[in-house]
Amino acid sequence: MRNTKSTQLIFELSRSGRRAHLLPPADVPNVDLGSVLPSGALADAPPPLPELAEGDVVRHFTNLSTLNMSVDTHFYPLGSCTMKYNPKRNERLASLPGLVDVHPYQPESTIQGLLEILWNVQNDFAEISGLPAVSLQPAAGAHGELAALMVAAAHFRKLGQHRPNVLAPDSSHGTNPASAKMAGFETITVKSGANGLVDLNDLRSKVNEKTAVFMITNPSTLGLFDTQIKEIAEIVHSHGGLIYLDGANMNAILGITRPGDFGADMMHYNPHKTFSGPHGGGGPGAGPICVRDFLAPYLPAPTVGRKGDTYYLDQGGSDSVGRVRSFFGNVGVLLRAFFYIRSLGGSGLKEVSENAVLNANYLLSRVRHILPVPHGNRCMHEFVASASTLKKEKGISAMDLAKRLLDFGFHAPTVYFPLTVPEAVMVEPTETESKEMMDAFVEALFRITGESADLLHEAPHTTKISRPDEVTAARKPVMKWTAS
Amino acid sequence: MLQAIGAASVAELFESIPSELRLNRPLAIPPALSEIELTQHAKKLAGKNLGAETATCFLGGGAYDHFIPAVVDSLASRGEFYTSYTPYQPEVSQGNLQVMFEYETLICQLTGMDVSNASLYDGASATVEAALMCLAQNDGRRKVVVPESLHPEYRMCLKTYFQWIGAELVEVATPEGTLDLQAWTNAIDSQTACVILPQPNFFGIVEDLKPFAAAAKSAGASVVACVDAISLGILDKPSNWSADVVVAEGQSLGNPLQYGGPYLGILACREAFVRRLPGRIAGQTIDRSGKRCWVLTLQTREQHIRREKATSNICTNQGLFALRAAIYLSLLGPQGLKETALLCGQKAHYLKQQIASAPRYSIAFDGATWCEFVVRDQSGDVAGTLEYLQSKGILGGIPLGQWYPELSDCFLVAVTEKRTKCELDSYVAALKHLSVGAFVTNA
Repeated sequence: MRNTKSTQLIFELSRSGRRAHLLPPADVPNVDLGSVLPSGALADAPPPLPELAEGDVVRHFTNLSTLNMSVDTHFYPLGSCTMKYNPKRNERLASLPGLVDVHPYQPESTIQGLLEILWNVQNDFAEISGLPAVSLQPAAGAHGELAALMVAAAHFRKLGQHRPNVLAPDSSHGTNPASAKMAGFETITVKSGANGLVDLNDLRSKVNEKTAVFMITNPSTLGLFDTQIKEIAEIVHSHGGLIYLDGANMNAILGITRPGDFGADMMHYNPHKTFSGPHGGGGPGAGPICVRDFLAPYLPAPTVGRKGDTYYLDQGGSDSVGRVRSFFGNVGVLLRAFFYIRSLGGSGLKEVSENAVLNANYLLSRVRHILPVPHGNRCMHEFVASASTLKKEKGISAMDLAKRLLDFGFHAPTVYFPLTVPEAVMVEPTETESKEMMDAFVEALFRITGESADLLHEAPHTTKISRPDEVTAARKPVMKWTAS
Repeated sequence: MLQAIGAASVAELFESIPSELRLNRPLAIPPALSEIELTQHAKKLAGKNLGAETATCFLGGGAYDHFIPAVVDSLASRGEFYTSYTPYQPEVSQGNLQVMFEYETLICQLTGMDVSNASLYDGASATVEAALMCLAQNDGRRKVVVPESLHPEYRMCLKTYFQWIGAELVEVATPEGTLDLQAWTNAIDSQTACVILPQPNFFGIVEDLKPFAAAAKSAGASVVACVDAISLGILDKPSNWSADVVVAEGQSLGNPLQYGGPYLGILACREAFVRRLPGRIAGQTIDRSGKRCWVLTLQTREQHIRREKATSNICTNQGLFALRAAIYLSLLGPQGLKETALLCGQKAHYLKQQIASAPRYSIAFDGATWCEFVVRDQSGDVAGTLEYLQSKGILGGIPLGQWYPELSDCFLVAVTEKRTKCELDSYVAALKHLSVGAFVTNA
């Protein structure tokens, strides 16, 4: 059934002289560009790209696509990534002429409809976050973190305060400390307590007048809402620091609580998670940021403004941190977020979070009879189970479980993150999965834990390949095809 | 489900959120729309915009109205590609991983580099990351030298990032639109970590950059080439003019304009820089039964393992647009890419010559150009010119005064393979019409 011929590397399918895309003949008088352009800048021959017929290209990529698991084909409970269904309507609408074919340097008068959408997206993001000033420019969550940390740095520079430190919990996303470094900060790690929440004593001992920002993910990467958040904010604010909310887990709290209301001063969204932008095999995403009014002057520009019925680009003032990318932002992703938000309305968004949390708790209530969940029997949108007992008793690791689940037709949960839980198995069902699908997942997990360790060590057994040798791949990297 | 959980209500599941922190009102967001209503609403808003499918687009400046073959949209819209995620489980991501590996190889073929990552956000972020790579590689050196003919927004991004890490951007003036070797050489010193050389530059000018790269090399600095991907159908590979790192905006390779993003940041380098290369990289290996396969590799550079010691904070690639670029380059092949580059160049050359014959307008710079060039409106009324062109259904150019005050009487015009002679002639006719008007006004 599998077409292994067409899934050879595209370079191996190439045959000299084959063509797919044909160009029209030139309709202007012929000019020898070789005599117009400096000879030292010209190529002797075009790049050695592969040569294929159109049908070869179609068959190659179509067959490759069938080697992926995806939300459209499988349950994909990858914790922290919010792999919800991506509505097809959004794809069609974002591709409408007038939206998909607009050049970034068109005059504002020719893009009033688009600017109206982006202005509404800014307002919706502000309303959902409780933080009134929005920049849609950052291209991804990590980019949003970096942009917001630059905003904080610019704010303290303006105040004349030297605050070199960023604090982040040990359970935080790896992007947090990496972004902090790029914005010129040192990261100090704050411990989590036994209950998985921030250890307030540790926080108190580390926060001081050198603290610029405390970066917190709330709900946390353990799927817990930090009940101490108000106190955390008070502690950090009392030392003049700012609270940054990593908005990766917004899917749990839409319309229920707002970062601006629980003490955050800045945050980013991941519209590709919360607002259903398709993940595209690793991107594109977007990383819009929302901040309090007093931080608005530092936001990356441009933003969209409105005067009367006319929308315009606000290029920002001299306090702006500047651009963090070319052009306006990842508009294609923001359009999908807009259509998603309009499809659901305010009350629909709240239902999204209610159902996401209901699904996660249901799954938790069943999974915890199979695998211990160290941090309680309730969660928000996701939970983290641990395979450490299973590993000790039967030699079955989180990785073995993940790999074997693939055989049962489920994408694996996130494993080995957060780092604070040994043999972590992080499960996020999202609101778009049915009870039947979750029951089938639990059933598979149950069966797997009864299987022999030897069988599991060699899983998956039904996929095209199994357990690739990543050590050799890193030691002797082969990062491109070369003609043999 | 509530019964299994042991909860009386859904509200009970949110008990961990203190009641004083709850939002006690509905979100102020308009009520839900059905798909039919939403489609009508979207069409109404889209209809207020003048896109490149309706108007004739001569706008460039880093984003171009190139043709996108149907195959690109058709294949990239397969759900198995666009609703999957980062290939954390290689066994069920071989499609994406192989595409990444093919993309990386295609970019190496295009640029002559040894290694490409699986893409970054856009051309500007790729340029910044290339500069950061060179700053790290040439530890202790803190300057990056660029010409003012590098894309102004790319220079702005470099400044944004540099202000927090103690790096300095040195900008060399290009009053004639091209680099002056003496001024360039004078700007480079023992503190220079790298130079960034655009080809073609923001004004569309193609230069023989070998002496400029050599000047950097002789001072021990690295060379970053910032190129146009389509131009590489006819222009020399950056590896042949000493580039150590190559960056490009990949929008041209089968990706729609969509008002500036998402786009595709191309970043490739020589072997010696690979440990500094940010972002995802797919590599080839074998599985436990010896089958050839692909995985994410060299992950010890990345933030999810290295945290603050990572090469960068970037944790994704633009997978969907890297896929589109891979499909596009596979469809064009060497001959198709060359012919596309030639058509752009020939049509642009024709328009440039014709515009020069309109009395009110001239070509601002003498430098040789490929698909883009700068027009000077001798009456100084760039806004008036562009408004008139717009009234004829032509998006005629980008005013340069916003970035270059000395060029406030100039605009940038780009021509792709999509433009027909008829469209080019309409453009010229409009400028000639304006020239007559200007003559009358002056009289």
